Order: sequence, then structure tokens, then C-alpha cells
Amino acid sequence: MNNIPYNSKGSLNYTRVSSRNIWNKLLNVISACFSIITILPLILVLIYILVKGSSQINLELLTQLPEPPGDDLNAGGIGNAIAGTFIVTFIATFISVPIGVGGGIFLAEYSQDGKFSKFIRFGTNVLAGVPSIIAGIFIYGAIVSTKILFGTNFSALAGGLALSILMLPTVIKTTDEGLKLVSDGLRTGALAVGASKFTMVTRITLPAAINPIATGIVLAISRAAGETAPLIFTGLFSFYWSSGPEALLNPIASLSVLIYNFALEPYEAQNQLAWAASFILVLMLLLTNSLARFLGRFAPK
Amino acid sequence: MPEFKSDPFLLRRRSNSEKIVDKGFKSLVILMASMVAILLFGIFLVVFGGSIESIGRYGLAFLVTSEWNPVTDKYGAFTAIYGTLLTSILSLFIAVPLGVGTAIFITEDVIPAKLRFLIGGMVELLAAIPSVVLGLWAIFVMEPFIRPFLIYLNNSFSWIPFFSTQPVGPGMAPAILILVVMILPIITAISRDSLNQVPKKLREAAYGVGATRWASITNVILPAAISGIAGGVLLSLGRAMGETMAVTMIIGNSNNFNWSILSPGNTIAAMLANQFGEADGSQVSSLMFAALILMLLTLLVNIFAQWMVKKLSLKY
Amino acid sequence: MEAVKNVFLEIPSGKVTALIGPSGCGKSTVLRAINRMNDLIDSCSLKGRVLFNGNDLYGINIDPVEVRRRIGMVFQQPNPFPKSIYENIAFGARINGYKGDMDFLVETSLKQAAVWDECKDKLKESGYSLSGGQQQRLCIARTIATKPEVILMDEPCSALDPISTLKIEETIHELKREFTIVIVTHNMQQALRVSDKTAFFNAEPQKGGSGKVGYLVEFNNTEKIFNSPSQKATQDYVSGRFG
Repeated sequence: MNNIPYNSKGSLNYTRVSSRNIWNKLLNVISACFSIITILPLILVLIYILVKGSSQINLELLTQLPEPPGDDLNAGGIGNAIAGTFIVTFIATFISVPIGVGGGIFLAEYSQDGKFSKFIRFGTNVLAGVPSIIAGIFIYGAIVSTKILFGTNFSALAGGLALSILMLPTVIKTTDEGLKLVSDGLRTGALAVGASKFTMVTRITLPAAINPIATGIVLAISRAAGETAPLIFTGLFSFYWSSGPEALLNPIASLSVLIYNFALEPYEAQNQLAWAASFILVLMLLLTNSLARFLGRFAPK
Repeated sequence: MPEFKSDPFLLRRRSNSEKIVDKGFKSLVILMASMVAILLFGIFLVVFGGSIESIGRYGLAFLVTSEWNPVTDKYGAFTAIYGTLLTSILSLFIAVPLGVGTAIFITEDVIPAKLRFLIGGMVELLAAIPSVVLGLWAIFVMEPFIRPFLIYLNNSFSWIPFFSTQPVGPGMAPAILILVVMILPIITAISRDSLNQVPKKLREAAYGVGATRWASITNVILPAAISGIAGGVLLSLGRAMGETMAVTMIIGNSNNFNWSILSPGNTIAAMLANQFGEADGSQVSSLMFAALILMLLTLLVNIFAQWMVKKLSLKY
Repeated sequence: MEAVKNVFLEIPSGKVTALIGPSGCGKSTVLRAINRMNDLIDSCSLKGRVLFNGNDLYGINIDPVEVRRRIGMVFQQPNPFPKSIYENIAFGARINGYKGDMDFLVETSLKQAAVWDECKDKLKESGYSLSGGQQQRLCIARTIATKPEVILMDEPCSALDPISTLKIEETIHELKREFTIVIVTHNMQQALRVSDKTAFFNAEPQKGGSGKVGYLVEFNNTEKIFNSPSQKATQDYVSGRFG
């Protein structure tokens, strides 16, 4: 057995020149370089937004209406776009969260891995993979062009509906996965003291899973607030304030569509406004993301 | 014997209202879960219904003809299909090594844990930046910066069809790069999660027989994590195909077919974003047809991703 | 936080040394310190020296990979690679620079680990197609194939049934002709059956801390430890009074 031809096992010392140590070092360096390349865009984008956007931020910019593009030097403000982003995102949240949490409850608590629930799980994955522009086209085809909503075409409501399609699969998935983290002991315990399934879900399992669910919902909201594609032919854009309930049925401004429209204008003033809007939008999204992480910290292990 | 009335547990017999609430709640959540199916069906119905006219007129020739002319009312989606596939696949080729390399770097102990955590957090933040903001950055910062390199590519390699045109600003090459930026966080995050799920005992086994760090990564840890990584790669391919805003803003929206990645081009998603608002008549139907193709492409990729994850999973 | 302290051990070459003691006394930590497996734990550091043939294994110039090639390890849980049985053996040998007949090495290693009969018809199948006991012997074979000088075994039978345990103990008897073996076990009968020398570890609550810190109580010939130990704690432990 001892005459098996091995490379001689030499010194225990670290030898720099051995090919495996060179490879090891080289691959360390390559992976480090890859990491730097990967985070480089983030740093560059943040720097540019900070430099080009933050310098313009003042009270007027935040409270005034944008000026229609022209060659005048003043592009106005982004007040209605900020409000619009909040309104449209709120509509989307209002629609998608109850439905999504309900769907997630069904998958985690009521389904017995039958065909129907398998199909719903599969469908949720498919819906999550549907490109956001398709959600916009669907709402355009189903609601905007048919004027099914009180005879109006482009509206805040249509925009919110389009965004809710994007939020729905995320909310369903996080609810489903959050509830699955709850130990079965809690379920059997609740049922054993005579709780109905409804009581068990609403009083025991849902509260126990509230943290991961809330984290997922905040992340979904954050993603929806930055979306543009579903809004460009549903919510459209507006140069005016949205006020009163009837505003829900009128076109509405949003930060993301403002950035898209004004970035492609040939006028410098409009381009600058797009940078300012980007600064505000990214700031909002980073805040909601930090909130989600903060919530996620308290998630049960 | 105490009378039933004096039983302190009045709810021992479930009241009718409780039963109704219980039943009603179940029906409600079933209905809400069904919304997924209804929505999917509705999306398919609207897109397919809208494209029937165009399907009838062009049939499969729609896929291979590149003329897209609203004036003469003739439509073929080849330019956009080519652009969609080319940009998404090339961006994947660049993003996969970068993303997987980064994921390895932040799951191994080359640098201190705090630094790894920081890099991981930054990658997640990159995912939070909206597409439209990246588009804005691409127009005004990235594209002017890389143009000299693209011009150099054209000057030196113009005999290769892919580099055969003069860069004119917006084009497929910058679109590919911005797609790389967009899918990198997905690939990195999913690869990192898959690598973290490889049990510690496998790593110990590799180190125990005297493997170096990279010998254990390439021979044991990566193969064990490959199913999750492959799933993530395909998922990001689906994302890249459907990615709209940043691409629309930088690809140049040209309906004229050209092999060159330095020339302006189009993707299905960009074409939809750009033309759908102003389209009418049979152009709408052709756009719907293109949307249907995009939907089917992303659906195929997603189903393939789920199949791949199952297929490649190793038992350990 | 300290895990283990005051360990002075001279492990004899060519013998089986057992490390015993109650759980949490740092036996495994000591074992893993010998081939620098503790390097994998971020927060782990070591004060003192581990000498191997006169070399300090924690010296500045020492390559931990080289150390692990000379001092192999079998773990508590069977951990074959998610590869074929054949590759499980071949992988370690190959990265250790083995240039000879691989089929021959695979066969002799599996035979030495007494698992050849169960494996010979399914060398192409995954290592995980074997039972737990067979997996553990595959892991032993994998370690033998790299021809280390020392084999460390970290409670190799704790996840196994009595029959598999017996087979592994027989394997250890075979292996000690060729290798130095250090085995951690919390089964005293096992220590008695397989080892020539035994080290007894105990644990005491840490001053001002919440955890426990382990220390070496006694190290002697196995016979001596079990029949006439010099310390009372050892006597109490081996007679089953605690632990």
C-alpha cells in the first residue's frame, strides 16, 4: 500500500509558487474584481442622482406644477407627480394587498396540495414573470379603450389597477411563505382548544406571520412605486393637480412617467427636472427598502 | 344536575353566525386565490383577442419579416424579436460570470464578514433603483462614456457583422449594458442564496480531504448549488426579455433591421412602450401580436426555469 | 468566548487516541484544531501551539491546505460529496496529486474501509444512495485514499445504528496499523474498545460568563483511565456517575 505513486508530500510550509496557490490567489482577485464591477453602477448612479438631482431640490420644485415642454428655461416643479405617485401606489396597494393576502392564506392554510392549488401556485409564478408592459397593455385593452370605468379612458384608477397586477404575485408569495414559517404546533394548539379555522387563521397564524408578510408588502409597494411601463398608457400623465374624488377618473402624473417623458425632451430644463424627480423617487424607494429591512429584522427565525 | 342555561361555556354549541363566518371566509380566500387564474386568463384573452386580426393577416410570416411600416400598413416583428433575443442573451453572457463571481465572493471568507454584508446590501439596493432612472442615467452618462469604445470596436472590427455600423448614440450595445446592470442584482442575490443553502458539511468534507478554497468551490459547492443558480439565470433571462423602460430610452427604437449591435434597434417591449399610445387601426393589432409573442417567450423561459431547478437538483 | 483551555497532549504516532468527556467540554474543538478545520469558523482563534513532527501547525508560514492533506478527517455526520461513489474517492486523491491507477486506489480504499462489497456494483451511483453507516465508511475510504499520516474522527458513529458502529470500530482496528488515529467519542465503551490512550475532558462554568469552558483533566493509557484514574472527576465520569 505504501508504494502508491503520490506526488511527494513535502513541507507543510506555504509555497507561493505552487500552481494551486497561484490559482487560488488569482481566482480570489478575479472574484473581487467582479464584485467591484457589480456594485460600480450602483455607486455611479447614486452619485449622479445626488449631484444632478439634489442641487435643484427646493420648496418650489417640490410644490409646483411642471410646465409643458417649451424652450423657456423654467420647467416648473414636480409637486403633482409626487402626489400622483403616492395616489397611484396607494390604489394599487388597496387592491392588491387584501386579494394577495387572501390568496396566500388559501395556499398556506386551506389548500391540500390539490390540482387547484398547484395551478394557483404555478399561476402566481407565471404572473410574477409577466413583463410589466404587458400589465399596462392588458389594462389598456380591458379598461382604458373600452371606457368601462364610468366612461373615462386614461385614469388614476386604471394606473393603480395596472400596478396592482404587478404587486399581486409578490403579496401572495410572501403571505404563503410567511404562513408556512409558522410552526404547525400553533395550528394544532388553536384547533385543539376548539377554535374555528377562521379564528385560528385571523387570531393565531396570521399575527404570528405578520412580520415577513409586512416586509414583503413593503417591498412590493416599493417596487410598484418605481414602475413606469404599466402607467404610460393607463395613468398617462397630467400637468395639473389631482383633487377631489373625480380625480381618480382623470389622467394622473407620476414621478416615473415624468422622468420618462422629460428625459426624452430635447430641452435642458426638462432634463434637469427629470434628474430632480429621479432624486426624489430613489430617495423614497431607498427609504421604503430600509423600512422593509427594518421590519424583516424582527421576523421569527 | 345543572341546567344547560347555567353552563358558563355558552359557545360550546357553535352559533350559526360563527359557522357562516367560517364558511364565508373560506369561500372568500378561494375567490381571492382564483383572481390569479382570472387575471392570467384575462390577460391572455385581451392580448390574444387584440391580435387576432394581425394573426389572420400575417400568420407566422409576422415572425420572420422585418418590415414595420405604419404608412403602408405592413407589419413584421423580426427586428423586434431579434433585438429582444440578442439584447437579453448577450446581457446574460456578461451578467452571469459577474453575478455568480460576486455571489461566491460574498459567501466565501476572502474578506471580513462585515464587508461581505456591505457588498450584498449594495447589490440589493441596486435592485431597488427603478428602470426609468437607470434609463435616464444611460442616456446622459453611460452612453456618452462608452461611445469611444464602441467607435473603436467599429473601426477595428467592422468586418464582423455585429460591429459593422457606426455608433450613433442610442443603440443595442448600450441597451445590453443597461440590461446587465438590471439583471446583475437578480443573478447575484439568487446565486448567493443558493450557495448559502449548500450545507456546511459538504464544505467541511472538501476541506477535510485537503482541497483548497477554489477546488472546493468549483468541484463541490458550485455543483451542489447549480440548480438554484440555473433557475436564477433563467429567471433573469425572462426579466431581460420583458424589461421595458431603460431599454426603450437607450435602444434607439429603430424598426429597420440591422445585424450590428452598434446600430439602433428595438425590442418587443420597447416597441410596445414607444408606439402603443399613438397606434390605431391594424397597428394596434400587430402590437398586440408582438405582445403575445413576448408573453409566450417569457412564459416558456419561466416554465423552463422551474423544470431546470428540478432537473439539476442534487441529493445531499 | 473561550471554548476550551489548558490542553497539553502528546498524541503518540501509530496508536489510537480517544478524547472523551461530557458534551460541551470542547473535545471536538480540540480535534478540529489539529487539522485547522476551525479556520472555517470566522470568530475562532487559538492561543498556544499544535506541533506535528516538530512543526507548529499554526506557524506563520504554514499552509492549512497542506496540513489537511497530511491530517485527514472523518466527521460526525456522514458527508459524502453529491457525486458518484467512485468520484467521492477519486476527487480527494486527485487533488492530492495522485497519479497512479485510480480504479485500483478506489477498490483498495473501499476494501480497507470494509464497504467494498456493498459498493462494487454501484460505483457510478450517488454516494447518497448508500445507507448512513455505508456513507460513513465511504467517507473513511475517501480519507484513506488521500494517504494522510493522521486520521481524525469526530464522533464518527454518533449518527449510526449499533451494527454500523461495530463495523466502523472493526475498520478502526484495521486502520491503526497504517495510520495514527485520534477519535472523539462520548461513548465510553467505544473508547475502551478501540483506543490505546484516552484523554478525559471536563467542562466548568465560565467565570462571569454564561457558557461553559472545557479543559483537559487527565491523559493516560486507556486501561489506566478506566481502571485506576488519578483524578476523582475521571473516576466519576467513567463509572457513569455524571455526563
